[in-house]
Amino acid sequence: MLKILKYSFYDLMRSRWNYVYFVFYFLLGMVLLFLNNDISKAVITLMNIIIVLVPLIGTIFGVMYYYNSKEFTELLLAQPLKRSSIFLGQYLGVALSLSMSLILGLGIPFLFYGLFKSNAIWNFSLLIITGSFLTFIFTALAFNIALSNENKIKGFGYAILVWLLLAIIYDGVFLMSLILFEDYPLDKFSLIGTMLNPIDLSRTLILLKLDISALLGYTGAVFKQFFGTNFGLMVSFIMLTFWVIFPVFRMVYKSKRKDF
Amino acid sequence: MNNWVTFLIIISLIITSHAQNIEVCNACAVSTITAAIAQAKDYDTITIKKGTYKEHDIIIDKPLTIIGENYPVIDGESKGEIITIVSDNVSVDGLFIINVGTSYTEDYAAIRVRKSKYFVIQNVVLERLFFGIYLEKSSYGKVYHNKIIGDAVEEYNSGNGIQLWYSNHIDIEHNYVEHVRDGIYLEFSDDCIIKNNVSANNLRYGLHFMFSNNDMYQDNTFENNGAGVAVMFSKKIKMCNNTFKENWGTASYGLLLKEINDAEIKGNTFEQNTIGINIEGSNRIIYKNNHFISNGWAIKVRGACYTNSFTENNFLYNSFDISYNSHVNDNVFDKNYWSNYTGYDLDKNGIGDVPYRPVKLFSYIVNRTPETIILLRSLFIDIIDFSEKVSPVFTPDNLLDNHPLIKKMSW
Repeated sequence: MLKILKYSFYDLMRSRWNYVYFVFYFLLGMVLLFLNNDISKAVITLMNIIIVLVPLIGTIFGVMYYYNSKEFTELLLAQPLKRSSIFLGQYLGVALSLSMSLILGLGIPFLFYGLFKSNAIWNFSLLIITGSFLTFIFTALAFNIALSNENKIKGFGYAILVWLLLAIIYDGVFLMSLILFEDYPLDKFSLIGTMLNPIDLSRTLILLKLDISALLGYTGAVFKQFFGTNFGLMVSFIMLTFWVIFPVFRMVYKSKRKDF
Repeated sequence: MNNWVTFLIIISLIITSHAQNIEVCNACAVSTITAAIAQAKDYDTITIKKGTYKEHDIIIDKPLTIIGENYPVIDGESKGEIITIVSDNVSVDGLFIINVGTSYTEDYAAIRVRKSKYFVIQNVVLERLFFGIYLEKSSYGKVYHNKIIGDAVEEYNSGNGIQLWYSNHIDIEHNYVEHVRDGIYLEFSDDCIIKNNVSANNLRYGLHFMFSNNDMYQDNTFENNGAGVAVMFSKKIKMCNNTFKENWGTASYGLLLKEINDAEIKGNTFEQNTIGINIEGSNRIIYKNNHFISNGWAIKVRGACYTNSFTENNFLYNSFDISYNSHVNDNVFDKNYWSNYTGYDLDKNGIGDVPYRPVKLFSYIVNRTPETIILLRSLFIDIIDFSEKVSPVFTPDNLLDNHPLIKKMSW
């Protein structure tokens, strides 16, 4: 598995798209800091971007990589190798290289700007951690989609649909249902609703740091326990881990049964 | 010869009538404060040496100066009130008073001043108290450099740090109050000056005004209280250069204004409060040069607020800048800096060319369904906020800052 990981990783390191991705984040970080002159404001803007863009790039890139390297995969399948290690290796290769672009692309401008001297370092590291989590989650989802669809066009379509659903439509439906059922106690429902969407989950995680004072304005014991203590942070991280593990398991399961 | 006698008599009269110093210590002839007061004549000084004095109900009924050396401890053994001042011109300095009794029918205080004038209470440390310093129908007094550390847990069975009731012209400066119900409480008290105090970790309010007019408070710090400062049913209060910090909770405000008219709020800093300022039924208030930093809601306008003006303030990184629950707007927002402003300044005059709308649709939604707060900063919310910005339907359409600043104000 490690060998396949290494191959995919080096393959991607040489690929143009990875550099584009890296340069994009690098420029984004530079421009934001240059224009804002303020790390905490830049972190807020970055959060908005990361939450939307990282999943999009993760899904599209994952699907693209799978379809592009299909011949190589088929070649590997002919060798006496375990299927799980082939797909896990490829998956980890993609996810790791994407996270590395993200971490380096954003990390370098912030480091130059004096991140260690500012008190935004915790917010920033949280941002990077959630960004990496999102990369892992959405690359896994992309591999799932690609494995289930032989047709490339269909695969891309589903990938974009999944992103659209989780990034925008889910929140819309969520908001409507909250307003519709406003006469009922909703605090548990709203927390569970957040847990079921990795994008919302990472957004809440960052909110815990940035907007804690607003979140505590809501009257509700469950909310208060969740946001007022470290409990919320822990539960969110555990759920994010589940969100990585579950699609990866399905990917392995699916790949074992797939007829190539 | 006769002259000599009269001279001596006069001299001795002067000496005896002139202020005497009475010393109190555990081993002295006078070993209790009550006894010292009984012996003392008007304008005497009583010096209390270091030691522990288990006394309560000490009544000071003549103009005396009471000075503690190295903080003598007066232990009330939780039996009731400790010092009651009922005379003018009394000064109390340097005592350490502990164990005030708790009662549900009487407000026992560590030091109570009743119907007296020109008193000074300074350098006093109070611990394990019910009420701290209680000024009742007293005026022209000074309360300086005191430290009040309570252990209040529940609102109903705890008292206030410094309480004024029908007391006018009082100076309260450089005090430190923590863990009581209300740090400083003014009721029917006019023309008081409250300066450079720190009020922290109190159960209810750091500073609380009720029916008190023409007061001023400045350069105080209010941190982590139930609510920083509550100003209710009062007129012409000046609030300058105070810091309101980390007042977190479901009903927590940096500053709570209720039925306030003609006040001035200038140069204050509101940082990381759930609600920076909560305004209800307040008119003709001037908000100028304040900083609102990282609050949940910088300003929450509840209703019946007319002709207020918000000019030259900094609104930095608040989750919501302003929340407004009515369609009518009569308040002026002008020349503020809003960190959420996204406009441009083509003529480079430092003022944005596009007006800023501080009220977002989402804040309207959160007012209606509070649980939706969990969707804060979501992409979907940004989209609906944007569409509301383009054509306002739910938020008052004349609530605009027509001259938003491009750069942060500094003064």
